[in-house]
Amino acid sequence: MTQAISPRQAFWNGARDAAPFTIVVVPFAVLFGVVGTEAGLNLAQVMGFSIGVIAGASQFAALQLMSDNAPTLIVVASALAVNLRMAMYSAALSPHLGPASLGARALVAYMNVDQTYALSVQRYEDAPPLSTRAKVAFFFGTSLPIVPLWYAGTLVGALAGTAIPASWGLDFVVPLTFLAIIAPALRTRAHVGAALASVVAALLLAWVPWNLGLLAAGVTGMIVGAEIERRTTPPGTAPRRPA
Amino acid sequence: MSYSDAHIWGIIALLGVGTFLIRFSFLGLVGNRELPEWLLRHLRYTAVAILPAMVAPLILWPEANDGDPDPARLAAAAVTIGVGLFLKNPILGIVAGFATFMGLGALL
Repeated sequence: MTQAISPRQAFWNGARDAAPFTIVVVPFAVLFGVVGTEAGLNLAQVMGFSIGVIAGASQFAALQLMSDNAPTLIVVASALAVNLRMAMYSAALSPHLGPASLGARALVAYMNVDQTYALSVQRYEDAPPLSTRAKVAFFFGTSLPIVPLWYAGTLVGALAGTAIPASWGLDFVVPLTFLAIIAPALRTRAHVGAALASVVAALLLAWVPWNLGLLAAGVTGMIVGAEIERRTTPPGTAPRRPA
Repeated sequence: MSYSDAHIWGIIALLGVGTFLIRFSFLGLVGNRELPEWLLRHLRYTAVAILPAMVAPLILWPEANDGDPDPARLAAAAVTIGVGLFLKNPILGIVAGFATFMGLGALL
């Protein structure tokens, strides 16, 4: 008879599992701080993004559109569209954390990012099973190396950003950041198809005012990706959760 | 950017609240609800659909080059994509792409 895993143990297991991801999280956070400052945000606003939103890709998306002085609605809608995948994360966590208190679930939701979600769901489906309290503790454990370092990295970047002259052409880092996020995500033909369709639509619709073409291109890419997946995946074998 | 401070804070607040609501959505509902398969299928492609749409015009028609294609930017983009695809390392991709951009910028 094995002993049940205590919430304390689960917390530290989560922290240990998440530790390697700091290698990715910290440079992105620093980069956001630097380019946010270069784009004209003050220190408080840069930190406001990283503490209030904690979602790298959407923060960079908002920053890029704000540099183009896009309308508020477009900035918010596009950046939120980048985060829509997190509804999926929420749905995947809810069978495990549904019995937890509302406060705990709200705090989990706040820190529900790619890494914490993926590590937690992976652990919840593994043996030995965890109690609800241990599951919550594991999730908070995975957040321990990720979330504070996201804030700290942004702060370091923002402070460094004020010292970097605009002539370095750092604004070009933002498009490169998007490409660097997209390329490793092109895992299947459906992902490649979604990205290509979205590029073609975006270029064809570049004339549409207020960046509305961007949203239309995004929806086009989603539909194309979903349709390719539907046609190439035999019924009943669809992945249960995003990889 | 030419927004007022209050405007920028408004954007941050809307994004923060909106992102929280997306993350809280199913965790907020007590009970185990499954998302319909067709919806999951679309959600899986949100990031790879929105980001390329945003990046394509920035790479092809950069404002800093009066909207004309710029060899240094195109090469940098190709390097970043290549490193991302084959090494699966985003940070390395950004560093290699930016080094290409700076290097070619100095040469051309």
